[in-house]
Amino acid sequence: MAHYESVLDTIGNTPLVEISELSPNPRVRVLIKLEGVNPGGSVKDRAAKCMIEEAEKNGSLGPGQRILESSSGNTAAGLAMIARVKGYPFTVVVPENVSVERTKLLHAFGAEIISSPAAEGSNGAMRRAQALAKEHPDWFFSYQYGNPANPKAHYEGTGPEIWRDCPEVTHFVTGLGTAGTIIGVGRFLKERNPSVSIWAVQPPAGETVEGLKSLDEGFIPPVFTDNDGYELVDRSRIVGPRESIEWSRRLTEVGIFAGISTGAAMAGVAKCAKEIDEGTIVTVSPDGGWKYLSTDVWTGDLDTVAERARHELYF
Amino acid sequence: MTVEVRLPNILRPMAGGEPTVNAEGASLREVFDDLVRRYPALRSSLLTPDGEMHRHLNVFVNDDDVRYLGKLDAKVGDADTVTLMPAVAGG
Repeated sequence: MAHYESVLDTIGNTPLVEISELSPNPRVRVLIKLEGVNPGGSVKDRAAKCMIEEAEKNGSLGPGQRILESSSGNTAAGLAMIARVKGYPFTVVVPENVSVERTKLLHAFGAEIISSPAAEGSNGAMRRAQALAKEHPDWFFSYQYGNPANPKAHYEGTGPEIWRDCPEVTHFVTGLGTAGTIIGVGRFLKERNPSVSIWAVQPPAGETVEGLKSLDEGFIPPVFTDNDGYELVDRSRIVGPRESIEWSRRLTEVGIFAGISTGAAMAGVAKCAKEIDEGTIVTVSPDGGWKYLSTDVWTGDLDTVAERARHELYF
Repeated sequence: MTVEVRLPNILRPMAGGEPTVNAEGASLREVFDDLVRRYPALRSSLLTPDGEMHRHLNVFVNDDDVRYLGKLDAKVGDADTVTLMPAVAGG
Protein backbone atom coordinates (compact mmCIF):
# COMPACT_ATOMS: atom_id res chain seq x y z
CA MET A 1 0.00 0.00 0.00
CA ALA A 2 1.38 3.36 -0.96
CA HIS A 3 1.89 6.26 1.41
CA TYR A 4 -0.28 9.26 0.54
CA GLU A 5 0.44 12.87 1.43
CA SER A 6 -3.26 13.75 1.51
CA VAL A 7 -6.55 11.91 1.44
CA LEU A 8 -7.27 13.80 -1.78
CA ASP A 9 -4.49 11.79 -3.45
CA THR A 10 -6.53 8.64 -2.83
CA ILE A 11 -9.32 9.79 -5.17
CA GLY A 12 -9.46 7.60 -8.28
CA ASN A 13 -7.50 4.50 -9.26
CA THR A 14 -10.44 2.44 -8.07
CA PRO A 15 -10.62 -1.36 -8.42
CA LEU A 16 -12.18 -2.98 -11.48
CA VAL A 17 -13.72 -6.28 -10.39
CA GLU A 18 -14.87 -9.18 -12.55
CA ILE A 19 -18.43 -10.24 -11.71
CA SER A 20 -19.13 -12.40 -14.75
CA GLU A 21 -20.95 -14.91 -12.54
CA LEU A 22 -23.83 -12.40 -12.55
CA SER A 23 -23.87 -12.13 -16.35
CA PRO A 24 -27.09 -13.47 -17.89
CA ASN A 25 -25.07 -14.48 -20.98
CA PRO A 26 -22.17 -16.95 -20.51
CA ARG A 27 -20.33 -15.44 -23.51
CA VAL A 28 -20.42 -11.95 -22.01
CA ARG A 29 -17.99 -10.93 -19.27
CA VAL A 30 -18.98 -8.19 -16.83
CA LEU A 31 -16.58 -5.99 -14.87
CA ILE A 32 -17.57 -3.31 -12.41
CA LYS A 33 -15.52 -0.32 -11.26
CA LEU A 34 -16.05 0.25 -7.55
CA GLU A 35 -16.19 4.02 -7.05
CA GLY A 36 -17.55 3.72 -3.52
CA VAL A 37 -13.98 3.29 -2.28
CA ASN A 38 -13.23 6.96 -2.96
CA PRO A 39 -12.72 8.86 0.31
CA GLY A 40 -15.96 10.87 0.00
CA GLY A 41 -17.75 7.62 -0.80
CA SER A 42 -18.58 8.01 -4.48
CA VAL A 43 -17.49 8.55 -8.08
CA LYS A 44 -18.34 12.23 -7.60
CA ASP A 45 -15.12 12.78 -5.66
CA ARG A 46 -13.42 12.79 -9.06
CA ALA A 47 -15.54 15.58 -10.52
CA ALA A 48 -15.51 17.52 -7.25
CA LYS A 49 -11.71 17.45 -7.07
CA CYS A 50 -11.29 18.38 -10.72
CA MET A 51 -13.84 21.23 -10.53
CA ILE A 52 -12.13 22.72 -7.46
CA GLU A 53 -8.59 22.34 -8.80
CA GLU A 54 -9.47 23.77 -12.23
CA ALA A 55 -11.12 26.74 -10.52
CA GLU A 56 -8.04 27.27 -8.35
CA LYS A 57 -5.87 27.18 -11.47
CA ASN A 58 -7.94 29.65 -13.48
CA GLY A 59 -8.41 31.99 -10.53
CA SER A 60 -12.19 31.68 -10.14
CA LEU A 61 -11.68 30.15 -6.66
CA GLY A 62 -9.34 31.66 -4.10
CA PRO A 63 -8.58 31.31 -0.37
CA GLY A 64 -11.63 31.55 1.88
CA GLN A 65 -14.09 31.86 -1.00
CA ARG A 66 -17.43 30.06 -0.57
CA ILE A 67 -18.24 27.17 -2.90
CA LEU A 68 -21.87 26.66 -4.01
CA GLU A 69 -23.46 23.60 -5.66
CA SER A 70 -26.77 21.76 -5.96
CA SER A 71 -26.72 18.03 -5.55
CA SER A 72 -28.85 15.11 -4.51
CA GLY A 73 -25.95 13.91 -2.41
CA ASN A 74 -22.79 12.48 -3.90
CA THR A 75 -21.35 15.57 -5.56
CA ALA A 76 -22.22 17.43 -2.39
CA ALA A 77 -20.33 14.89 -0.26
CA GLY A 78 -17.26 15.06 -2.50
CA LEU A 79 -17.22 18.85 -2.54
CA ALA A 80 -17.89 19.06 1.21
CA MET A 81 -14.99 16.73 1.96
CA ILE A 82 -12.54 18.52 -0.34
CA ALA A 83 -13.73 21.99 0.75
CA ARG A 84 -13.15 20.97 4.36
CA VAL A 85 -9.63 19.74 3.62
CA LYS A 86 -8.77 22.87 1.63
CA GLY A 87 -10.48 25.31 3.99
CA TYR A 88 -13.29 26.61 1.77
CA PRO A 89 -16.76 27.23 3.24
CA PHE A 90 -19.38 25.26 1.28
CA THR A 91 -23.09 25.76 0.71
CA VAL A 92 -25.18 23.12 -1.04
CA VAL A 93 -28.82 23.03 -2.13
CA VAL A 94 -30.18 19.53 -1.51
CA PRO A 95 -33.71 18.28 -2.30
CA GLU A 96 -35.40 17.46 1.02
CA ASN A 97 -36.35 13.92 -0.10
CA VAL A 98 -32.88 12.39 0.01
CA SER A 99 -31.91 9.72 2.53
CA VAL A 100 -31.04 10.96 6.02
CA GLU A 101 -27.50 9.55 5.79
CA ARG A 102 -26.66 11.99 3.04
CA THR A 103 -27.57 15.13 4.97
CA LYS A 104 -25.82 13.77 8.08
CA LEU A 105 -22.67 13.12 6.05
CA LEU A 106 -22.76 16.68 4.71
CA HIS A 107 -23.15 18.04 8.23
CA ALA A 108 -20.18 15.89 9.31
CA PHE A 109 -18.02 17.71 6.76
CA GLY A 110 -19.33 21.08 7.92
CA ALA A 111 -21.40 21.94 4.85
CA GLU A 112 -24.19 24.48 5.01
CA ILE A 113 -27.32 22.77 3.66
CA ILE A 114 -30.21 24.59 2.04
CA SER A 115 -33.20 22.30 1.50
CA SER A 116 -35.27 22.56 -1.65
CA PRO A 117 -38.81 21.14 -1.92
CA ALA A 118 -39.11 17.41 -2.64
CA ALA A 119 -41.68 18.07 -5.36
CA GLU A 120 -39.16 20.14 -7.32
CA GLY A 121 -36.57 17.34 -7.53
CA SER A 122 -32.98 17.89 -8.64
CA ASN A 123 -34.13 20.49 -11.18
CA GLY A 124 -35.58 22.59 -8.36
CA ALA A 125 -32.38 22.33 -6.33
CA MET A 126 -30.39 23.44 -9.36
CA ARG A 127 -32.67 26.44 -10.03
CA ARG A 128 -32.29 27.54 -6.41
CA ALA A 129 -28.52 27.25 -6.61
CA GLN A 130 -28.54 29.30 -9.82
CA ALA A 131 -30.57 32.00 -8.08
CA LEU A 132 -28.17 31.97 -5.10
CA ALA A 133 -25.22 32.27 -7.46
CA LYS A 134 -26.77 35.43 -8.93
CA GLU A 135 -27.34 36.87 -5.46
CA HIS A 136 -23.76 36.07 -4.41
CA PRO A 137 -21.45 36.72 -7.35
CA ASP A 138 -18.49 36.50 -4.96
CA TRP A 139 -19.19 32.79 -4.38
CA PHE A 140 -17.76 30.07 -6.65
CA PHE A 141 -20.68 28.15 -8.21
CA SER A 142 -19.18 24.87 -9.40
CA TYR A 143 -22.31 23.96 -11.48
CA GLN A 144 -21.60 20.28 -12.09
CA TYR A 145 -24.16 20.06 -14.92
CA GLY A 146 -22.26 22.51 -17.08
CA ASN A 147 -18.70 22.49 -15.77
CA PRO A 148 -16.18 21.05 -18.31
CA ALA A 149 -14.04 19.88 -15.38
CA ASN A 150 -16.73 17.28 -14.59
CA PRO A 151 -16.30 15.19 -17.78
CA LYS A 152 -12.59 16.07 -17.77
CA ALA A 153 -12.16 14.14 -14.50
CA HIS A 154 -13.43 11.04 -16.29
CA TYR A 155 -11.61 11.67 -19.56
CA GLU A 156 -8.33 11.94 -17.66
CA GLY A 157 -9.07 9.49 -14.84
CA THR A 158 -11.86 6.93 -15.06
CA GLY A 159 -11.52 6.37 -18.82
CA PRO A 160 -7.74 5.75 -18.88
CA GLU A 161 -8.03 3.51 -15.80
CA ILE A 162 -10.65 1.34 -17.54
CA TRP A 163 -8.55 1.17 -20.71
CA ARG A 164 -5.44 0.25 -18.67
CA ASP A 165 -7.24 -2.46 -16.70
CA CYS A 166 -9.50 -3.85 -19.45
CA PRO A 167 -8.45 -2.94 -23.02
CA GLU A 168 -10.70 -5.76 -24.28
CA VAL A 169 -13.80 -3.76 -23.30
CA THR A 170 -16.51 -3.91 -26.00
CA HIS A 171 -19.37 -2.15 -24.17
CA PHE A 172 -19.38 0.59 -21.55
CA VAL A 173 -22.66 0.85 -19.65
CA THR A 174 -23.27 3.65 -17.16
CA GLY A 175 -25.98 5.69 -15.52
CA LEU A 176 -26.91 9.14 -16.74
CA GLY A 177 -27.05 11.96 -14.19
CA THR A 178 -24.88 14.96 -14.97
CA ALA A 179 -23.49 12.95 -17.93
CA GLY A 180 -19.93 13.55 -16.68
CA THR A 181 -19.02 9.86 -16.54
CA ILE A 182 -20.53 8.84 -19.87
CA ILE A 183 -19.06 11.81 -21.75
CA GLY A 184 -15.57 11.58 -20.25
CA VAL A 185 -15.18 7.80 -20.28
CA GLY A 186 -17.15 7.35 -23.51
CA ARG A 187 -15.01 9.83 -25.42
CA PHE A 188 -11.76 8.37 -24.11
CA LEU A 189 -12.72 4.78 -24.95
CA LYS A 190 -14.03 5.69 -28.43
CA GLU A 191 -10.78 7.51 -29.19
CA ARG A 192 -8.85 4.36 -28.30
CA ASN A 193 -11.26 1.96 -29.99
CA PRO A 194 -14.13 3.47 -32.03
CA SER A 195 -16.02 0.16 -31.96
CA VAL A 196 -16.61 0.34 -28.19
CA SER A 197 -20.35 0.74 -27.71
CA ILE A 198 -21.51 3.32 -25.18
CA TRP A 199 -24.79 2.57 -23.38
CA ALA A 200 -26.59 4.99 -21.09
CA VAL A 201 -28.87 3.79 -18.33
CA GLN A 202 -31.61 6.19 -17.37
CA PRO A 203 -32.26 5.69 -13.71
CA PRO A 204 -35.71 5.53 -12.22
CA ALA A 205 -36.77 9.13 -11.70
CA GLY A 206 -39.73 8.72 -9.37
CA GLU A 207 -42.74 10.18 -11.11
CA THR A 208 -43.76 12.12 -8.03
CA VAL A 209 -40.36 13.79 -7.87
CA GLU A 210 -39.90 14.75 -11.49
CA GLY A 211 -40.47 18.29 -10.33
CA LEU A 212 -41.79 19.93 -13.49
CA LYS A 213 -44.75 22.13 -14.21
CA SER A 214 -44.31 21.82 -17.94
CA LEU A 215 -42.02 20.06 -20.37
CA ASP A 216 -40.33 23.37 -21.08
CA GLU A 217 -38.87 23.23 -17.56
CA GLY A 218 -37.11 20.00 -18.51
CA PHE A 219 -33.35 19.91 -18.43
CA ILE A 220 -30.57 18.25 -20.39
CA PRO A 221 -27.16 18.87 -18.81
CA PRO A 222 -24.94 21.13 -20.93
CA VAL A 223 -22.18 18.60 -20.14
CA PHE A 224 -24.14 16.22 -22.42
CA THR A 225 -25.20 18.58 -25.19
CA ASP A 226 -21.97 20.63 -25.33
CA ASN A 227 -20.02 17.41 -25.86
CA ASP A 228 -22.18 15.90 -28.62
CA GLY A 229 -23.69 13.35 -26.25
CA TYR A 230 -26.31 12.28 -28.77
CA GLU A 231 -23.57 11.31 -31.23
CA LEU A 232 -21.33 9.68 -28.62
CA VAL A 233 -23.95 7.45 -27.01
CA ASP A 234 -25.04 4.37 -28.96
CA ARG A 235 -27.98 3.18 -26.89
CA SER A 236 -29.97 4.37 -23.92
CA ARG A 237 -32.29 2.24 -21.81
CA ILE A 238 -34.57 3.02 -18.90
CA VAL A 239 -34.63 0.80 -15.87
CA GLY A 240 -37.28 0.75 -13.18
CA PRO A 241 -36.94 1.06 -9.41
CA ARG A 242 -37.88 -2.58 -8.86
CA GLU A 243 -35.19 -4.08 -11.12
CA SER A 244 -32.64 -1.63 -9.71
CA ILE A 245 -33.39 -2.82 -6.19
CA GLU A 246 -33.34 -6.47 -7.27
CA TRP A 247 -29.90 -5.98 -8.81
CA SER A 248 -28.65 -4.12 -5.70
CA ARG A 249 -29.61 -7.25 -3.77
CA ARG A 250 -28.04 -9.64 -6.30
CA LEU A 251 -24.73 -7.76 -6.09
CA THR A 252 -24.36 -8.87 -2.49
CA GLU A 253 -23.94 -12.44 -3.87
CA VAL A 254 -20.53 -11.36 -5.14
CA GLY A 255 -19.79 -9.35 -2.00
CA ILE A 256 -20.62 -5.95 -3.44
CA PHE A 257 -22.64 -3.64 -1.21
CA ALA A 258 -23.52 -0.77 -3.50
CA GLY A 259 -26.10 1.98 -3.83
CA ILE A 260 -29.27 1.80 -5.88
CA SER A 261 -27.74 3.58 -8.86
CA THR A 262 -25.36 0.61 -9.10
CA GLY A 263 -28.38 -1.69 -9.16
CA ALA A 264 -29.78 0.44 -11.97
CA ALA A 265 -26.49 0.24 -13.89
CA MET A 266 -26.48 -3.56 -13.47
CA ALA A 267 -30.05 -3.77 -14.74
CA GLY A 268 -28.76 -1.96 -17.84
CA VAL A 269 -25.77 -4.32 -18.06
CA ALA A 270 -28.14 -7.30 -17.98
CA LYS A 271 -30.18 -5.87 -20.86
CA CYS A 272 -26.98 -5.29 -22.84
CA ALA A 273 -25.60 -8.77 -22.09
CA LYS A 274 -28.84 -10.42 -23.21
CA GLU A 275 -28.83 -8.52 -26.48
CA ILE A 276 -25.26 -9.05 -27.63
CA ASP A 277 -23.75 -12.35 -28.70
CA GLU A 278 -20.45 -11.99 -26.88
CA GLY A 279 -18.27 -9.29 -25.42
CA THR A 280 -16.87 -7.60 -22.35
CA ILE A 281 -19.04 -5.08 -20.54
CA VAL A 282 -17.56 -2.55 -18.13
CA THR A 283 -19.85 -0.62 -15.82
CA VAL A 284 -19.43 1.80 -12.93
CA SER A 285 -20.70 1.43 -9.39
CA PRO A 286 -21.14 5.08 -8.39
CA ASP A 287 -21.25 4.49 -4.64
CA GLY A 288 -21.53 2.02 -1.79
CA GLY A 289 -24.75 1.11 -0.04
CA TRP A 290 -24.01 2.82 3.27
CA LYS A 291 -25.96 5.99 2.57
CA TYR A 292 -29.10 3.99 1.75
CA LEU A 293 -29.33 1.64 4.72
CA SER A 294 -32.25 3.60 6.15
CA THR A 295 -34.24 2.96 2.96
CA ASP A 296 -34.35 -0.83 3.61
CA VAL A 297 -33.26 -1.55 0.03
CA TRP A 298 -31.72 -4.90 0.99
CA THR A 299 -33.96 -5.99 3.82
CA GLY A 300 -37.42 -4.55 3.22
CA ASP A 301 -40.33 -6.13 1.36
CA LEU A 302 -39.55 -5.66 -2.35
CA ASP A 303 -42.94 -4.17 -3.26
CA THR A 304 -42.80 -1.71 -0.36
CA VAL A 305 -39.23 -0.62 -1.13
CA ALA A 306 -39.95 -0.30 -4.86
CA GLU A 307 -43.01 1.84 -4.14
CA ARG A 308 -41.00 4.06 -1.80
CA ALA A 309 -38.33 4.45 -4.48
CA ARG A 310 -40.91 6.28 -6.59
CA HIS A 311 -40.91 9.09 -4.02
CA GLU A 312 -37.23 9.35 -3.11
CA LEU A 313 -34.26 10.69 -4.96
CA TYR A 314 -31.47 8.18 -5.31
CA PHE A 315 -29.33 9.96 -7.87
CA MET B 1 -50.93 -1.75 -34.49
CA THR B 2 -52.08 -0.70 -31.07
CA VAL B 3 -49.52 0.43 -28.53
CA GLU B 4 -49.89 1.52 -24.93
CA VAL B 5 -48.55 5.00 -24.27
CA ARG B 6 -47.47 5.82 -20.71
CA LEU B 7 -47.72 9.50 -19.85
CA PRO B 8 -45.82 11.42 -17.17
CA ASN B 9 -47.82 13.44 -14.63
CA ILE B 10 -47.38 16.70 -16.49
CA LEU B 11 -48.92 15.39 -19.73
CA ARG B 12 -51.90 13.56 -18.25
CA PRO B 13 -54.19 16.61 -18.00
CA MET B 14 -53.84 17.01 -21.78
CA ALA B 15 -54.98 13.42 -22.41
CA GLY B 16 -58.06 12.93 -20.27
CA GLY B 17 -56.14 12.56 -17.02
CA GLU B 18 -55.25 8.90 -17.55
CA PRO B 19 -51.74 7.54 -16.87
CA THR B 20 -51.88 5.38 -20.01
CA VAL B 21 -53.68 5.77 -23.32
CA ASN B 22 -53.76 3.67 -26.47
CA ALA B 23 -52.63 4.80 -29.91
CA GLU B 24 -52.23 3.29 -33.37
CA GLY B 25 -49.17 3.27 -35.59
CA ALA B 26 -46.26 1.27 -36.98
CA SER B 27 -43.69 4.00 -36.29
CA LEU B 28 -43.31 6.54 -33.52
CA ARG B 29 -44.30 9.28 -35.99
CA GLU B 30 -47.60 7.50 -36.70
CA VAL B 31 -48.20 6.93 -32.97
CA PHE B 32 -47.61 10.65 -32.26
CA ASP B 33 -49.89 11.65 -35.16
CA ASP B 34 -52.62 9.42 -33.75
CA LEU B 35 -52.10 10.79 -30.24
CA VAL B 36 -52.39 14.37 -31.52
CA ARG B 37 -55.56 13.41 -33.41
CA ARG B 38 -57.09 12.04 -30.22
CA TYR B 39 -55.65 14.66 -27.84
CA PRO B 40 -54.81 17.86 -29.75
CA ALA B 41 -53.56 19.54 -26.54
CA LEU B 42 -50.60 17.15 -26.55
CA ARG B 43 -49.16 18.43 -29.81
CA SER B 44 -46.83 21.13 -28.49
CA SER B 45 -45.47 18.73 -25.85
CA LEU B 46 -44.67 15.99 -28.35
CA LEU B 47 -43.43 17.92 -31.37
CA THR B 48 -41.75 21.19 -32.25
CA PRO B 49 -43.43 23.48 -34.79
CA ASP B 50 -41.09 21.88 -37.37
CA GLY B 51 -42.41 18.43 -36.54
CA GLU B 52 -39.30 17.25 -34.67
CA MET B 53 -39.34 15.59 -31.25
CA HIS B 54 -39.65 18.02 -28.34
CA ARG B 55 -36.17 18.67 -26.96
CA HIS B 56 -37.12 17.90 -23.36
CA LEU B 57 -39.17 14.80 -24.10
CA ASN B 58 -37.51 11.42 -23.70
CA VAL B 59 -39.38 8.67 -25.53
CA PHE B 60 -38.81 4.98 -25.02
CA VAL B 61 -40.20 2.08 -27.05
CA ASN B 62 -40.43 -0.53 -24.34
CA ASP B 63 -37.29 0.54 -22.46
CA ASP B 64 -35.23 1.75 -25.42
CA ASP B 65 -34.60 5.48 -26.02
CA VAL B 66 -35.78 6.31 -29.56
CA ARG B 67 -33.16 9.01 -30.01
CA TYR B 68 -30.77 6.15 -30.78
CA LEU B 69 -33.28 4.14 -32.82
CA GLY B 70 -34.16 6.61 -35.57
CA LYS B 71 -36.19 9.07 -33.44
CA LEU B 72 -39.65 9.52 -35.00
CA ASP B 73 -38.85 6.77 -37.53
CA ALA B 74 -38.40 4.22 -34.74
CA LYS B 75 -40.56 1.19 -35.42
CA VAL B 76 -43.22 0.10 -32.96
CA GLY B 77 -44.95 -3.26 -32.92
CA ASP B 78 -48.20 -4.61 -31.57
CA ALA B 79 -48.25 -4.77 -27.77
CA ASP B 80 -45.22 -2.46 -27.50
CA THR B 81 -45.24 0.17 -24.79
CA VAL B 82 -44.24 3.75 -25.54
CA THR B 83 -43.09 5.62 -22.43
CA LEU B 84 -42.86 9.41 -22.41
CA MET B 85 -40.61 10.99 -19.78
CA PRO B 86 -39.53 14.58 -19.24
CA ALA B 87 -35.78 15.21 -19.31
CA VAL B 88 -34.68 15.99 -15.76
CA ALA B 89 -31.39 16.45 -13.96
CA GLY B 90 -29.69 13.92 -11.71
CA GLY B 91 -26.59 13.98 -9.55
